[in-house]
Amino acid sequence: MVETKKHKIVSYKTYGIILIALIILTFISVFVTRIDLSNLSIVVALSIAGIKSLLVFSFFMHLLYDKKMYSLMVAGVLLVMTLVLIVTFLDYSYL
Amino acid sequence: MEGNNSNDHYDHEGSKMGMWLFIFTELLFFGGLFFVYAISRYKNETAFALAAEELNVTTGAINTIILLISSATIAMAVSAIQLKKKNITLIFLAITLILAVVFLVNKYFEWGAKIEHGIYPGSEILQQLGYGEILYFGLYFAMTGLHALHIIVGIVIILIISVKVYNEKIHAERFVQLENTGLYWHLVDIIWIFLFPLFYLIV
Amino acid sequence: MSNSNLPNYLEYKGKYKGLLGWIFSTDHKRIGLLYLYSVMTFFIVGALLGLLMKFELIAPGKTIMEAKSYNAIFTLHGITMIFLIVIPGIPAILGNFFLPIMIGAKDVFYPKLNLISWWLYILGAVVALSSQFMHGASPDTGWTFYAPYSFRTQSNVLPALIGAFILGFSSILTGINFIVTMHRLRAPGMKWLKMPLFPWSLYGTAWIQVLATPIIGITLLMVVAERVLNIGFFDPALGGDPVLYQHLFWIYSHPAVYIMILPSMGVISEVIPTFARKEIFGYNAVVISTLLIAFVGYFVWGHHMFTAGMSETSLFAFSFLTFLVAIPSAIKTFNWLATLYKGSIILKTPMYWAVSFLFIFMIGGLSGMVLGSLAANVHLHDTAFVVAHFHFIVFGGVGFGFFAGIHYWFPKIFGRMYDASWADTGWLIFFIGFLTLYAPMFYLGITGMPRRYYDYVPEFHPANIISSFGAFIMIAGLAIIIINLIRSAKKGPKAEESPWGGKTLEWTVSSPPIVENFEEIPEIK
Repeated sequence: MVETKKHKIVSYKTYGIILIALIILTFISVFVTRIDLSNLSIVVALSIAGIKSLLVFSFFMHLLYDKKMYSLMVAGVLLVMTLVLIVTFLDYSYL
Repeated sequence: MEGNNSNDHYDHEGSKMGMWLFIFTELLFFGGLFFVYAISRYKNETAFALAAEELNVTTGAINTIILLISSATIAMAVSAIQLKKKNITLIFLAITLILAVVFLVNKYFEWGAKIEHGIYPGSEILQQLGYGEILYFGLYFAMTGLHALHIIVGIVIILIISVKVYNEKIHAERFVQLENTGLYWHLVDIIWIFLFPLFYLIV
Repeated sequence: MSNSNLPNYLEYKGKYKGLLGWIFSTDHKRIGLLYLYSVMTFFIVGALLGLLMKFELIAPGKTIMEAKSYNAIFTLHGITMIFLIVIPGIPAILGNFFLPIMIGAKDVFYPKLNLISWWLYILGAVVALSSQFMHGASPDTGWTFYAPYSFRTQSNVLPALIGAFILGFSSILTGINFIVTMHRLRAPGMKWLKMPLFPWSLYGTAWIQVLATPIIGITLLMVVAERVLNIGFFDPALGGDPVLYQHLFWIYSHPAVYIMILPSMGVISEVIPTFARKEIFGYNAVVISTLLIAFVGYFVWGHHMFTAGMSETSLFAFSFLTFLVAIPSAIKTFNWLATLYKGSIILKTPMYWAVSFLFIFMIGGLSGMVLGSLAANVHLHDTAFVVAHFHFIVFGGVGFGFFAGIHYWFPKIFGRMYDASWADTGWLIFFIGFLTLYAPMFYLGITGMPRRYYDYVPEFHPANIISSFGAFIMIAGLAIIIINLIRSAKKGPKAEESPWGGKTLEWTVSSPPIVENFEEIPEIK
């Protein structure tokens, strides 16, 4: 192999902190959705899920430490998915 | 960027890229179901909220935490192998496996309870409920079922990888297979991170 | 690097002998040929099915078959042609063979996965076609499997669905393989913007394969769940939404058109500069338009559903996006024309195919604009006009591109030249047959003949006779082309390294190439 770039070894501690953060976020989302916020509760629940997956992507899946190209690809894929969903919704929710 | 060109080469970066591309296909594969969920829910908002009350939030939350921990342990296994700690790697993998099995056992009881109450796709009781409920439970079984299938596949893969670590086929210099398994497992975790609020929390 | 003494890939003896040495080979060139033989076999079957349909339509009323058989035949024709031929077609045959050579690599990144893709392709084909031989009626849904008919009909839709699912898997694996290959295995010095245009088109294609195919996978599985479990997603009787099925289906199947046409455009971008003795005009523009087509093409699926009862907002959005995607296609066309301008053009067989591609692609593209405009679409929807349009694009665009490619690279693949006069004759007959077959269908569509009917009113008779007559001419041309190529592969005179004077890397290696393509990986300056 030509490439001998060392991989960054993430410490157990970092993973531990992220794990605790993820669990706390899970509890928050449970408690928040127990309160009646009507339409807002889906927004909150999905935003928290979004933050959680961002943590998993960046730390557990190493996007933060890897080449930028991977982050770009993931962002691109998520963008395509979002756009497809928006364009589909033009047929269901429209002015 | 330019790599070398031998047939039996080991290219960590390339193998990982292939795995990421596979993960993208998985994201869109589940994405199709998420689209159906989004549109069905949009059209049957009240029914979805009512049907969601049938699910036990505590079971869902416990399973969420189980998967989160298992995700962390497999990530730690990837660190351990790079630190040349073979035994610790194996311990982390074992914990991941146990948690995966516990997740499935939980799922089994959850599904079992629903089926016992006569709620499963095509069942008579379900057909008598409203449109929204039929769609909700159809999606519930399809999405958590497909997810559980991925957990089962994950368990098999982690088992194979553990054997390879044990035999030192995977070691600090060549660990991309372990890292890719980790990526796959995190993907399964991310899917669940979204399934949990969409099915259990939204009321 | 010339006249190497190393064994070439055709003669190489590996672990297995004879046929096994082919079907278990991980050599990208052998896999390319495996695809060539299997795709061509299915193509002949699909073409004969098409011929049967044209035979039926030669006169109003029942000519040779009942309405039900006609439904089954157009379904099978569609499934075979789309999933077994034009989607894998150019990437899996010419792409597999030439992508590694053109970027200076010894093989694709995952040679074993490449072989698995072919096996999955065969498995998918067997499962899909088994629907014809099982107990019960052949599928009659059309290749689109529209809900709710696809889970109401008693015919054998299930194996067709599962077969298409497996074929999707094969396509995804090829896509992943190509992307990683291009990222990791380009020869030293080959920067992204030095990569030839055929690999570039495969790069765009591969991303569509990776990002669109999973959607059809899950959608087909949902239809399977509808049939088996009565799950209700698309079933109006259970609160489901059949139009949602159409959305999901076309979210894949429209980008799939670009999976078909982009590689073909890539071939044309190789052939035209070689035979015009000029560099391609506006290399960067061609690359960017490739990527733009891949991206924008993802968001135009709704133009298949203009009469399905979509919201007006969607109608406008999809019509607008459809016109938008025409721009990069037009850019490419202008680039090809500008390359021809003041070139010293040599008219050899591949160039005949390439130039006729331009002609046919232009008609196909412009008729697409007609269909993309809302008002015209309402009139033309589900008429023979649509059939003519997509055969101009999918058969004209992909088929002519493929034959251009196969005549261009034939000497490299088999190390022998084909008989040029027979090849040119075959092209001419095929071209005339093609226009005679499909051009009248534009007229038939405008005057109101619906597609997918085995019968029609007498007013449509004259044009249908011409069209059916064209089908026979075209098949005759096809026979000449294929027989000529098969004969030449065995008996043709030996080919030189670069019979056309091509500039890309594949013309620097021996014909046929040695097992790992290069004795020494070339350095690109």
